[in-house]
Amino acid sequence: MLTSDSCLSLHKHGSSMASDSNSSESQRIAQQRLRIIAGHLQKHKDDDSGTIATECKAEANKGTVPRKRQEIMKWNGWGYSDSKFLFNKKGQAEFTGKRYRLSGMVLPSLQDWFENTFGASVNHKSPATPALNASAVPPASLNEAFVEDLKATGIPFSHEAEDRVFRAHGHCLHEIFALREGKKFERVPDMVVWPNCHSDVVKIVELACKHNVCLIPYGGGTSVTSALECPPEETRCIVSLDTSQMNRILWIDEKNLVAHVEAGIIGQDLERLLNESGYCTGHEPDSMEFSSLGGWVATRASGMKKNVYGNIEDLVIHIKVVTPRGVIEKSCQGPRMSTGPDIHHFILGSEGTLGVVTEVTMKIRPIPEYQKYGSVVFPNFEAGVACLREVAKQRCAPASIRLMDNEQFQFGHALKPQVSSIFTNFVEGLKKFYITKFKGFDPHQLVVATLLFEGDRERVLQHEKQVYDIAATFGGLAAGEDNGQRGYILTFVIAYLRDLGMDYYVVAESFETSVPWDRVLDLCRNVKERINRECKERGVQFQPLTSCRVTQTYDAGACVYFYFAFNYRGLADPVHTYERVEHAAREEILANGGSLSHHHGVGKLRKEWMKESISSLGVGMLQSVKDYVDPDNIFGNRNLL
Amino acid sequence: KACTPNYSPGRGWPTSQTQDGFEDILEERRNSSDLKYALRCYAPVLYKGVTPCKANMLKNIVLQSDQLRYVINQVSQESGEAPDIIQEEASVILEEMAHRLQISTVRFFAFALSKAFKTLFQHVCVNEEGIQRLQQAIQEHPVVLLPSHRSYMDFLLMSYILYTYDLALPVIAAGMDFMGMKFVGEMLRMSGAFFIRRSFGGDKLYWAVFSEYVKTMLRNGFAPIEFFLEGTRSRTCKSLTPKLGLLNIVIEPFFKGEVFDVNLVPISISYERILEESLYARELLGVPKPKESTSGLLKARRILSEDYGSIHVYFGQPVSVRSLAQGKVNRSTYNLFPRHIPRKPMEETQSFVNDTAYRIVRLQEDNMVLKPWVLMASLLLQNLEGMELSVLTEQTVWLRGLALSYAAFLDWPDHAPTAKVVSSSLALHRGLACVSGGRVSLVVGEPLGPVTPEEALFNRAVSVLSCASYRNQVLHVFLRPAMLAVAMHTAASSKKNEVYNCFSFLWDMFSNDFILCPGDTVQDFEEACYLLVKTGAVQMPQQDIVMTDIGQPTLSFFNGLLEPFLQGYQVVCRYLCEEASEGLTEKQYIPAVRSFAHSVLCVFTGNLRCYEVLSSDMQKNALAALLRGKLPTQKALLARL
Repeated sequence: MLTSDSCLSLHKHGSSMASDSNSSESQRIAQQRLRIIAGHLQKHKDDDSGTIATECKAEANKGTVPRKRQEIMKWNGWGYSDSKFLFNKKGQAEFTGKRYRLSGMVLPSLQDWFENTFGASVNHKSPATPALNASAVPPASLNEAFVEDLKATGIPFSHEAEDRVFRAHGHCLHEIFALREGKKFERVPDMVVWPNCHSDVVKIVELACKHNVCLIPYGGGTSVTSALECPPEETRCIVSLDTSQMNRILWIDEKNLVAHVEAGIIGQDLERLLNESGYCTGHEPDSMEFSSLGGWVATRASGMKKNVYGNIEDLVIHIKVVTPRGVIEKSCQGPRMSTGPDIHHFILGSEGTLGVVTEVTMKIRPIPEYQKYGSVVFPNFEAGVACLREVAKQRCAPASIRLMDNEQFQFGHALKPQVSSIFTNFVEGLKKFYITKFKGFDPHQLVVATLLFEGDRERVLQHEKQVYDIAATFGGLAAGEDNGQRGYILTFVIAYLRDLGMDYYVVAESFETSVPWDRVLDLCRNVKERINRECKERGVQFQPLTSCRVTQTYDAGACVYFYFAFNYRGLADPVHTYERVEHAAREEILANGGSLSHHHGVGKLRKEWMKESISSLGVGMLQSVKDYVDPDNIFGNRNLL
Repeated sequence: KACTPNYSPGRGWPTSQTQDGFEDILEERRNSSDLKYALRCYAPVLYKGVTPCKANMLKNIVLQSDQLRYVINQVSQESGEAPDIIQEEASVILEEMAHRLQISTVRFFAFALSKAFKTLFQHVCVNEEGIQRLQQAIQEHPVVLLPSHRSYMDFLLMSYILYTYDLALPVIAAGMDFMGMKFVGEMLRMSGAFFIRRSFGGDKLYWAVFSEYVKTMLRNGFAPIEFFLEGTRSRTCKSLTPKLGLLNIVIEPFFKGEVFDVNLVPISISYERILEESLYARELLGVPKPKESTSGLLKARRILSEDYGSIHVYFGQPVSVRSLAQGKVNRSTYNLFPRHIPRKPMEETQSFVNDTAYRIVRLQEDNMVLKPWVLMASLLLQNLEGMELSVLTEQTVWLRGLALSYAAFLDWPDHAPTAKVVSSSLALHRGLACVSGGRVSLVVGEPLGPVTPEEALFNRAVSVLSCASYRNQVLHVFLRPAMLAVAMHTAASSKKNEVYNCFSFLWDMFSNDFILCPGDTVQDFEEACYLLVKTGAVQMPQQDIVMTDIGQPTLSFFNGLLEPFLQGYQVVCRYLCEEASEGLTEKQYIPAVRSFAHSVLCVFTGNLRCYEVLSSDMQKNALAALLRGKLPTQKALLARL
């Protein structure tokens, strides 16, 4: 909006100059030039106003996410309403819907694995509350003056209970558990607004400041750090600012290979739309189906293929943020600058405490010509980690390389769909025989690395050979494309599986860290042992599942991702038990040289360790930025600090 | 058993001692074939089922470790020698150090020791619950065995017991002096001993090889590691203040996250009669310790003809370093340094290790099994002129009651009349005390022919010091109340704070002679008050501490108990005040103070009967107390004493 205003005034100024023109030749030329410029501007202005009109009307919303998210997504679980795991009447697991490769398939080994791993039974159900009890939702306490002013802007909003509850949580275990149990939320947003563009956000933030309203930006809602939880002590009206309708690619610049995108777009839409033009971002966090560009920026997200494309901080060229003090942006799109500390780094990871990210210019790449999955089996986790370390050392990591431990390997196997052809079964059996009997791998020790190569065909094949050669020196055996691909499918369905677990008294969660190479093994072992021990001490009656994988490699270390689940039958307060165990696990991570988070962020869940992590001086630096940018704590989600 | 409410050593420590019953392992040996026993199937369970590591492989792991390689390069740079040469040096050190545990040698010892034990001892008793706890611990975590050290027998005995119970055989840190005995040294090496030089102060390479050797065994859980916290055999049968070097080494892998936990197992080995009894007394009096030699050992066969009563070995509760360190040491301080670079432990860690060491030694003390004779010895030493047998019997019964109410671990024969207990104790220790004409007195060795006053004094001192080594075994039970008794006696008034000041003065002064955990002054004082009040010797109206009507015998016994120490320290002070010249070196100190003490003892034959001041142990401790500088000047000290 600022730009269009200044255009207008320049235009006026230009035409008034043109009216008193009659002196020298040079003046004439100058006037001519001005006329031309004015003409351009005039035209530009018209164009501009046209764009703005479309910008904010958003009549043709192409995005996947409707304003009423609950129409297509679960209100008390992960993902789409039509997609879920269940045990059918025969006791066999199947995945409903049509959206995924696994959809509609029967998974014959899942039940055995599930019952044996957790000591659970398909006969012991712990069903969720079927529907939201709207009367259990705290009534909206609205700031009437704010609502009046907001109405005048025409920006859509709602204070219906379903909309508010949907935005009162992310996907932490305790949040989903509370929804399933029909527990009352202490504090939920009082209303939800759906800005359609940057200027809408500017208006909303101005009004929020004017009326002292608390704003909580909401993107994809996939947070697992309690970042979306409303602070119970917040007495002002809380407005959830849902960015989902700001979901367009505004332009693509093929010369510089960048795209300018509204920050509310979710990962799958961004990829799909860019693909239509032959491009991709290559940024694929596990949550990309639902998480948003703005959310990635706000949490310092990391994508599975970062080895080729980089993490979010490597991908962004320019960020536009609306804060209570105004809009932060840079003056140019230079690929690197030495202009003091990079202000983008105040925004990246700010977790919605400073403002709303509205538009981002980010790198794009042509869609790779060729993609190939792969997998390598190692005799044990130690060998696998040593191999990944060597791959990182030689800087030849494929787009993605992940090492799953034995527990996850077995889990992956339990998700094998029913095989139709006898022949495939036979080949699988043969492979298993070769690895365990002939090569002497212990099936309870062996681990698998999954690989994804990208690029032009020849290079991919060359690259593949290089990686397999390295793997061979660590005793790794190539184990086929299917196993690799299955590993990545697991990534997208695992969140759905948690809902299945919760139907049968099993709670589960994941957490992550980053750690120097030499401490990876020690950290994994100690954290698993700590979890097992804490569970025992806290009265968990069944052996928990603790599993980890190395999901990212860097020059100096790796990202490690843990899964942790247990059967909670017999526990009075499973969520509390779970939280204490996770707390202990995090302490163990920190004591073993791991970071507080690699990409999930801090939110409110891990705030207590911030001082320890970045020093109290560091916290002070961040605090002073917050105090300057948002002195009245309009962005009052109280994350991070 | 009494429990002391105010005395709790803190989180992670076993709270109230519950002492288990004992089983005599010789009983079976007397009833079945020793040969069969030595050749039976030996298949111990190991830490997490690791396969045992061949001695040679172990050496290679150590020589190739990052830790050692780093130090080799460092030493090479400092000395200008090529790394190969230093590496070779390291290899030689390792060769000299390393154990070569062989089951055949262990079997040989199993056979030979069975024979020897059966002739020497009536019983070798082991607490079976302790063995079960140990077996559990060995499977879960690396285990460090920490036995008390009173005799050369200790470590053979330990291995013998572990073999008997089919537990993993330990590797044992032994002093290099054993290496002098060529054949025996090698035999010990093959039964699991590894040898370390007594002093290697600044030798970086030696330290690196040594610590890496120990850590490698610990990290991999190849075998339990055994060493003596006290560093050397205690010649006085008082526990020695712990040495921290090895304890630091075995704890560090936990702080660095290389192992999940380390279990420390305090083990108390109590001998009814110590093989080295009179040898120790002579050594303390300045007769040089016989050098360890094979021929010396053969001469010691004479020993085989005597009865040494029974041995009790108590395996204490395994102590988890992880639980101990919680909240005391922040492990993340190890995050910012490469773990293979040797670093001096931080202050926090040092004081943790120091505190742990003291508490382990106290646990050793607590679980020492006391025989009636130690009570009798305590009484006899307060009546050097001899006692009526009936009085001795009567007082022993009284003292037994006192000891039991102070939670002493007393092995008093069931259902035996007291007179019988006393007489059989006297019979076993007939070398130390004799009964003639109904009077019991110490036996003074009487050489044939005329005796000089010096010789007479020496012989007298030998018998007093030998007897004192039994009294010393019970000191830890009475120490705190005894110091309180002395403090009440010396304090100017009965005001609690004045008594406390005196107590605290004694506490500081005696902290080399007794095991007093650093920083526990107040706790010890309260414990002492509690115990004296509990047994009715003292009452504490308001801010006073006063003796009760019935308190006299207890308090005067306690005063008498510590009198030799007080007098000894007094003599040392007098020497330093009156005789010592300016340039006195530590080397000259012992002979000089000894001859001063001689002259004092020859002149004063009346009240001053502090033969114990002739003990080099006491002389060293007194000097150390003075050198610590915490105490007032010597004159002031003398005045206070």
